[in-house]
Amino acid sequence: MFSFHSIKDYQSLLLNGKATCADAVSYYIKNIEQNKHLNAFLEIYKEEALERAALLDAKRKAGNALGKLHGIVIGLKDVISFKGHKLSAGSRILENFQAVYNATAVERLLQEDAIIIGRQNCDEFAMGSSNENSAYGNVLNAADNSRVPGGSSGGSAVAVQAKLCMISLGSDTGGSVRQPADFCGVVGLKPSYGRVSRYGVIAYASSFDQIGIFANSVEDAGLILEVIAGKDDFDSTATKDIFKFSGQHEKKNFKIGYFPATFNHPGIDPEIAVTQKNFISHLQKEGFEVSQIEFDLLDYIVPAYYILTTAEASSNLARYDGLKYGAQQPAKDLNEQINLTRSQFFGKEVQRRIMLGTFVLSEGYYEAYITQAQKVRNILLKKIKEIFAEVDAIVSPVSPTTAFKTGEKNNDPIAMFLADIYTVFANLTGIPAISIPLFKHSNGMPFGLQIMASHLNEVTLLAISEHLAEVNKTVNQPANV
Amino acid sequence: MLTKGIFLPPMSEAAQKYEAVIGLEVHARLSTKSKLFCSDANSYGAAPNENVGVITLAHPGILPKTNKKAIEYAVMMGIACNCSINQKNYFARKHYFYPDLPKGFQTSQHTVPICGPGFVTIKTSTGERNVKLHHIHLEEDAGKSIHDMDEDYSYIDLNRAGTPLIEIVTEPDMHSAEEAGLFVTELRKLVRWINVCDGNMEEGSMRCDANVSIRLKGETKLGTKAEVKNLNSIRNVRKAIEFEIDRMIGMLERGEKIYQQTRSFDASNDTTFAIREKEEANDYRYFPEPDLPPVSLSNEYVINIKNNLPALPQVLYKKYQTEFGLNEYDAAQLTLEKEIADYFESVIQHTTNYKAAANWINGPIKQLINEEGISLNTVSANRLAEMIEIVDKGEVSFSNAASKLLPAIIKNNTESIAVLASQLNIIQTGDAGQLQEWVNTVINKMPEKVAEYKKGKKGLIGLFVGEVKKLSKGRADLKSVTQLLEDALKS
Repeated sequence: MFSFHSIKDYQSLLLNGKATCADAVSYYIKNIEQNKHLNAFLEIYKEEALERAALLDAKRKAGNALGKLHGIVIGLKDVISFKGHKLSAGSRILENFQAVYNATAVERLLQEDAIIIGRQNCDEFAMGSSNENSAYGNVLNAADNSRVPGGSSGGSAVAVQAKLCMISLGSDTGGSVRQPADFCGVVGLKPSYGRVSRYGVIAYASSFDQIGIFANSVEDAGLILEVIAGKDDFDSTATKDIFKFSGQHEKKNFKIGYFPATFNHPGIDPEIAVTQKNFISHLQKEGFEVSQIEFDLLDYIVPAYYILTTAEASSNLARYDGLKYGAQQPAKDLNEQINLTRSQFFGKEVQRRIMLGTFVLSEGYYEAYITQAQKVRNILLKKIKEIFAEVDAIVSPVSPTTAFKTGEKNNDPIAMFLADIYTVFANLTGIPAISIPLFKHSNGMPFGLQIMASHLNEVTLLAISEHLAEVNKTVNQPANV
Repeated sequence: MLTKGIFLPPMSEAAQKYEAVIGLEVHARLSTKSKLFCSDANSYGAAPNENVGVITLAHPGILPKTNKKAIEYAVMMGIACNCSINQKNYFARKHYFYPDLPKGFQTSQHTVPICGPGFVTIKTSTGERNVKLHHIHLEEDAGKSIHDMDEDYSYIDLNRAGTPLIEIVTEPDMHSAEEAGLFVTELRKLVRWINVCDGNMEEGSMRCDANVSIRLKGETKLGTKAEVKNLNSIRNVRKAIEFEIDRMIGMLERGEKIYQQTRSFDASNDTTFAIREKEEANDYRYFPEPDLPPVSLSNEYVINIKNNLPALPQVLYKKYQTEFGLNEYDAAQLTLEKEIADYFESVIQHTTNYKAAANWINGPIKQLINEEGISLNTVSANRLAEMIEIVDKGEVSFSNAASKLLPAIIKNNTESIAVLASQLNIIQTGDAGQLQEWVNTVINKMPEKVAEYKKGKKGLIGLFVGEVKKLSKGRADLKSVTQLLEDALKS
């Protein structure tokens, strides 16, 4: 019986002839089919994945050089372009849209022999924190089906959680990888802004968006990142900086900082706060240097984030007018047609954010909102320079609560927005951040810790994450399904 | 001139009180190979929607990439227009919904244009003046909507969508249709001169919006303006402005209030009509383009472009007058097009008779180009210089050289000029015996005129000289002939 533990382990099984890519794909297809109720996948590329698996098995048997991700079975969030396949951003407005080109990240996965197994459910246009905004239905948390998986990359998180694939690629604009990873008990990595090309990722907020990785371990996330990272002629914001994942970290006395304010915040579940604070004090005994960092801007970051992201979103989503592609509601004149198409085929949350963004960009309001929010962003950028001059990483909660019940926050968008308080910081500043599953709540749900490092310093980020995971080895198991 | 349907005292009288103030926005399509933010071709005349890839079509997930050549061309134009160059450039998104704008926004520049203030020199009937430029910015063009192909549907051609434009914005610094026309003419000359745009207005490579207002002379505040959009020829620029000035004077004279409007020009009757009032103006919700990092231009970059620019027409125009002693007309003619100036420059590599070179180019050569459709370089620069030399030496008269030798050279580009001249039998002679013979023949042929001359009608000398010239088929050296004639007629 096939089982997957890590990329390295799987690949050595392949090389020893103890497993085949075909075994792996069949295993995941069976799991997906048995877990249809989770609604993690919108589409499975069954035949295609099996064919590719057979091809890779033959290639390996013929002794040909193998790609770095040989046989790795990967799912893609429904915002990442895969040529010849549907791409709908969880929205009716792109219901039957077919991608005609590969996202750069997908191109790189395929070049390294990965197998794409399917398209994963998500909040519409990556807007949401619970995957309740998908036009194609909720995704259920595999640890407790009455709870949400988090969002917006809910399907991608559940897919790794429920062993429906080895790796998922999601996108993280304000926590959309880290928060569902936290809710589902898997590793969720948001690389630095610019680390991975955004070409082929449906834009939500261009200066925040970044492809993120769901994996069972920090190491697997690092291996995937190495493949998809790097400069790209199609994305001028992609960094030239080279990321190499060695997987070998010297033990070092890392300096770790935390903002006391994050644990004292009124919204945080006390059990989460206590568990994490205890863990942090324990780190001192393990040789880490731990320090408190004064940070009095916590209340500004969510408003600044929502002003800037909705502004960019209102612009990025202007192209969906039903004229060139996608759903179209015919009407008697042009304006009415654009109005009807957008009113009918965009969901409620997407419309809310388009309206918000349009408002803050309007003449007379720009200064009051955008300029102010931009100021906050600049202050934060200055602040992190100071912080990372002192420490190697910042640790914080990922989310104030564990996965909440489906429908619990549905009617309170502000409460939903405020739950992003710990994750949007990394997107506002462009720094890399990861959530690693460390703990189990008395309610049975997993939760973990967020670690953030300085811009383009994923090497340190991943090294510290692996150490922390080791420190907490006893509870370092993905939530059992 | 009276405008249709408006009853006024003679316009000249009313018009005397007013001054027109005109500012222009000229869009020029840069002649780069590809579009401003993607590799789709930037070409005119392709089949509809042929130059349209995923980026032009604004497919989900696409990102822009700045065309470096377009940046370079914009900087070239800025330098040619005496502008300051902004070294840190940002693009901005300008939002509006229209089917020929695939992204739902136009990527343009907003607060910081690539080229700052500058000026373009025009030559008006009252002399030269500098028209001030406010700025030049880069932006992408929209596609084309075609509304007259079908009764029920509009058609969209996105070939033009995303092609690179520079928008050249003047200050409200012109005061007549003539000046505006001259400005656009000069601008077209400049873009062609430095080869950043083909300047073909009929193909839409250059389009002009005119902002026109009027005010009482002496008034310093600007009047309420009308903006006439999309003028696609220099003639239409002039006609639209003339019409607007008359229309506005008429309104003020009748005591009407002028409202700010956007207007369109109807070339079938040279009038303009309102297309929207100011109140309907869009809120474009500009913000900095997050998908493009700022484009930083180093000092070296700008200096390098400056050093590689060809000598500009205004510089040559001055140089030809001050250094070569040419008159304004000759200098202006030689700098009408770069090809002409280049040709002149290569001719004067071989001769220092600048005036003669100018005369040849602005006279017989240009005439042959116009009449025979030959290209400028049919007569190579050194052969033209050789012709100038034999005329200077008195071996062939200018008129024979122009009317006979030049066509012969064009027919036979390999034979030496001396051989061609002698084949044509046009080499002037200084042989005294031969000259005396022609002089005697003429004097003997015209006894009555000779008598008149001898009675004191000295002006007849020209007639005798002309006759000798005719008789010799232009081969007589006329200076010697005059002397010989005078001597012969004394006796």
